[in-house]
Amino acid sequence: MTHDAHALHPPTATGLDSRKLAIWIFIGSECLFFASLISTYVIYRGQSTVGPFPNQILEIGLVTIGTALLLFSSFFVVLALNGLQHGKRGQFLSFLGLTILCGLFFVGMQVYEFTSFVHKGLTIHTNLFGASFFTLTGFHGTHVSVGVLWLITLFIQGLRGKLTPEKALNLEIAALYWHFVDVVWIVIFPVVYLMK
Amino acid sequence: MNAHAAAPTEAHGHSGWKTYTAIALILFALTALEVVTYEVHDGSITGAIASFVDPIFILLLVALSAAKFVLVAAFYMHLKNDSRIFSGTFVFPLIIAVVVIVALFTLFTYNRGLQHIF
Repeated sequence: MTHDAHALHPPTATGLDSRKLAIWIFIGSECLFFASLISTYVIYRGQSTVGPFPNQILEIGLVTIGTALLLFSSFFVVLALNGLQHGKRGQFLSFLGLTILCGLFFVGMQVYEFTSFVHKGLTIHTNLFGASFFTLTGFHGTHVSVGVLWLITLFIQGLRGKLTPEKALNLEIAALYWHFVDVVWIVIFPVVYLMK
Repeated sequence: MNAHAAAPTEAHGHSGWKTYTAIALILFALTALEVVTYEVHDGSITGAIASFVDPIFILLLVALSAAKFVLVAAFYMHLKNDSRIFSGTFVFPLIIAVVVIVALFTLFTYNRGLQHIF
């Protein structure tokens, strides 16, 4: 951390940046939020009395590609952070751009999937599977969308030259959120799509 | 720990390109293994491997998922090299979350039997 960064953020009692501690506390609370949603999905699995049922409607082809891209987006965002911290503007912007593209693909994949499910007769009102599935994956998709918007704002700041190595913590905090969204999907993917 | 002691850890404790690339490849391989496990369980892949995978299908997916979770948290979220306070802030609620999932799962499956869940 440079002298300028210290001037911007005075020392704290823990010696840690308050914003970084705040995002970790937020992520901790999000663990409990998603734990309740995943529990609900697992408990309601097999309890629907009318179809469509998970094994009739869930397909893993497109979702597997989305999963792989979300994992790669985590890889890309650490490389973007690495680039920003070392003053490599090209590396920072290109990998942040790739992260955003992966995020957009994932959101698009989910919109396509939701639409096709509705056309096949599964809505949030159809049965317990529909209610718990759309709630769980819908909340995750919302988190991904928020993450994409957050990263886009940082990308624009980067293009304007306002995101400098001294402000790398801004990207690090956004990256932590992005990684968390990724690890949540690491749990959701097998629970929802592979153990159907 | 004061601010000046914490600074070097935050600035230089992150891994480099090689580590990040290696983790990405491992994550990709583990995801591929998850899908292969599913295909075996689904009957798309048959043979000797099916008799090995089927009995431990759920356990295998949980283990693969946990491995991916730990790798991302440790290396990409930098918990391996960052302050222990951040690790504690994440791991403590995570433990509560796992306990909540297991407790609710146990509570609601007690009278139903596992066959209704998986």
